[in-house]
Amino acid sequence: MNLILNVWRQAGPKAPGKFERLEAKDISDHASFLEMLDIVNERLEEKGERPIAFEHDCREGICGACGVVISGTPHGPHKATTTCQLHMRSFKDGDELWIEPWRATAFPVLKDLIVDRSAFDRIMQAGGYVSVNTGNAPDGNAIPIGKDVAAKAMDAAACIGCGACVAACPNASAMLFVSAKVSQLGLLPQGQPERYDRVNAMVAQMDQEGFGSCTNHGACQNACPKEIGVNFIAMLNRDLRSSILCPSPKPKPSTGEGA
Amino acid sequence: MNLDAKIPSGPVQNKWDKHRFEMKLVNPANKRKYKVIVVGTGLAGASAAATLGELGYKVEAFTYNDSPRRAHSISAQGGINAAKNYQNDGDSVWRLFYDTVKGGDFRAREANVYRLAQVSGAIIDQCVAQGVPFAREYGGTLANRSFGGAQVSRTFYARGQTGQQLLLGAYQALSRQIAAGTVAMHVREEMLDLIVIDGKARGIVTRNLVTGKIRSFVADDVVLATGGYSNVFFLSTNAKACNVTAIWRAYRRGALFANPCYTQIHPTCIPQSGEWQSKLTLMSESLRNDGRIWVPKNPGETRAPGQIPESDRDYYLERLYPSFGNLSPRDIASRRAKEQVDQGRGVGPRKNGVYLDFADAIARLGKSVVAERYGNLFEMYERINGENPYETPMRIYPAPHYTMGGLWVDYNLMSTIPGLHVIGEANFSDHGANRLGASALMQGLADGYFVLPYTIGDYLAQSKLEKIGTDHPACKAVETEAAERTAKLLTAKGRRTVDSFHRELGQIMWNKCGMGRNAAGLKEAIAAIPALREQYHAEVKVVGDGEDVNQSLEKAGRLADFFELAELMCRDALVRDESCGGHFREEHQTQDGEARRDDDRFCHVAAWEWRGPAAEPARHVEPLEFENVHLTQRSYK
Repeated sequence: MNLILNVWRQAGPKAPGKFERLEAKDISDHASFLEMLDIVNERLEEKGERPIAFEHDCREGICGACGVVISGTPHGPHKATTTCQLHMRSFKDGDELWIEPWRATAFPVLKDLIVDRSAFDRIMQAGGYVSVNTGNAPDGNAIPIGKDVAAKAMDAAACIGCGACVAACPNASAMLFVSAKVSQLGLLPQGQPERYDRVNAMVAQMDQEGFGSCTNHGACQNACPKEIGVNFIAMLNRDLRSSILCPSPKPKPSTGEGA
Repeated sequence: MNLDAKIPSGPVQNKWDKHRFEMKLVNPANKRKYKVIVVGTGLAGASAAATLGELGYKVEAFTYNDSPRRAHSISAQGGINAAKNYQNDGDSVWRLFYDTVKGGDFRAREANVYRLAQVSGAIIDQCVAQGVPFAREYGGTLANRSFGGAQVSRTFYARGQTGQQLLLGAYQALSRQIAAGTVAMHVREEMLDLIVIDGKARGIVTRNLVTGKIRSFVADDVVLATGGYSNVFFLSTNAKACNVTAIWRAYRRGALFANPCYTQIHPTCIPQSGEWQSKLTLMSESLRNDGRIWVPKNPGETRAPGQIPESDRDYYLERLYPSFGNLSPRDIASRRAKEQVDQGRGVGPRKNGVYLDFADAIARLGKSVVAERYGNLFEMYERINGENPYETPMRIYPAPHYTMGGLWVDYNLMSTIPGLHVIGEANFSDHGANRLGASALMQGLADGYFVLPYTIGDYLAQSKLEKIGTDHPACKAVETEAAERTAKLLTAKGRRTVDSFHRELGQIMWNKCGMGRNAAGLKEAIAAIPALREQYHAEVKVVGDGEDVNQSLEKAGRLADFFELAELMCRDALVRDESCGGHFREEHQTQDGEARRDDDRFCHVAAWEWRGPAAEPARHVEPLEFENVHLTQRSYK
């Protein structure tokens, strides 16, 4: 098939960007979307032109590195599908596509379709964990966890941190991402001791990073390749309210003294 | 060269406990005076960095990804083994040890494998404590399933996303240490070389993938946790950025490279569908729990799978291996699939697959149970192939997956360069010539959580290390070399893209050093690879410069090292004149087509020493002794 691509090209974070019109000719409908970009890139390179910079790694829909907005939709037209798992049979011969990076103040563009998502890591560092040192954990079966609870925690844990929720949100809110981790650990007994400190700290960091507020628009849920539901945002909000009754966030954990 | 594995004396059950007591300790107050570099933040690297940080060491961790959460460990689907015997089906540390040594075709080190089995239970406990949502039974206890090469159910899993969940657990532990200031995390920073001073590993040279800046980092110990090198084949199940550069550069600086020819071909991948294809997608091995593998009996069969009656089907694994059936180990299942396709019984438009059929399981268990167990894998298959596996059998074919070879390490996970530790898939130690399913995650986490944090202290406590800074002349020299290599790739004014060369190299490797190897083919490859490598350096074209994000340049540097590795793999495969595990020399097979080992001549680890660009590498051996699991022909019948 033949396609017309309008691809966002931007040399660096401070440089201005613009759409560039490119042709993608003779693409197999079995190719993935990223393989289509590979083919376009090889042809550009053969002509001595700069290839399109885009992120990807596993190409199995799990690492969360890939992700571009395709004609207005993060990860393209299919539900529950990452860009790397999107195949060209989903498009028609002659289609014209608009390919853009995630757009959010908290995700600065590094080059072309690549954005900096390190804000997500800093939110995790603020409290997205259970404070347990290596070794001496009790037996895995010491604390029974109901099958349904474990399954629900797993639903939340499936988040791949790709950032599509932010790109889809009119406010560029990171609530779906944050709520997934808060809910996963909040559902499990292991997460209880730090439950309220965690939600406070993660939400505070999210605000500090410049993500917008959640206004229950629901676009995040539609864009999520792992079908994380907005019900987890409701769980986060409930924990956030409960946390008001609890002490304010503790200072950063003190470790590293070997004691 | 004398390869001293430093295996503690005494019975295999007591070696690790004895060794843990005998190793030197670093006083807690002194730990913060030591700096450790950890390269790679997958299961092995993240768990090691987090644990070392908790212990009090100053850690600097590096990944070329934008976040440590994206390491390729995340793609492991099926599960992680542990000898918990929760199922009361006869499992034990000894049985896991036995299965792993046998599964590796008696080419792994007994002491290391025993230790792996011994700590396996603690890994599960640790991950549960971190909040990893493992699958549970209704009563709230942990669920298990079975994997190839075992007759017990010892595999713990989190849906089809076990690797992801275990990695996120380690990433969260790492995040906590980053916040606590014990770990400094460097993302989008790729290691290009190793700094060796006074014979000891003291640092690394990196390139920042955003700014292009080449610089040095120094430390008292360097840990490589950089994964495997299956991408030498171009088409593999590895993530696109997986590469050999870190361990290859260490090899060129004096670390020995062990068993490079041991590559695992995974039996359950989606067959290749076109020439433009960039990678092969793995379907989890756990599918073989309920899926039945078959091919049509008649070559040239044209009927749709549903139209082929039972009498015209050959469930060849169940026929050949009645006790293990569809759960026979990966090397055996892969070879048998290739045999069927080679004999003309392949299925699908390119006749390059075999069926993995769930019709019986759906009839027996109902669609909803099958969907609960494997639903996400079925969806993934349908997205890639456009076929619904609930209605028509999946098509699968073997593909390059895990690499059992890697840098040689002793029992302390230290390479032949003092102060250079190597963990996870980057080392060679635990899997022998074949890796059983659900054992890679186990090894990565065992090394990172429970082995390295002990052994590294022993090294640091005993070493007199001079204080050095990044202004040391050795750092500058290595930086200059790295910068020159990069500049050379940018200034070659050729016409061919990096990928076009990579595909060509991959073809040679798959055809001559893939699932089957023979002396003639390997000799051809050893002649063809250097010629292609020369052409590469003269004719490659890398657009752009080295001062910002340049993904072609990243690929070009990695491919340059793959070329050198490819040649070493073929040399290793040629000298190892026997068949074992994933290394199948066509000249050496039994009458029924099984791998025939030659224990008299090859019951050893082969470790290669770099002797300069113009010289042939030297081969050294570490003899393997099997005192507990006796050398026998593997049988899964």
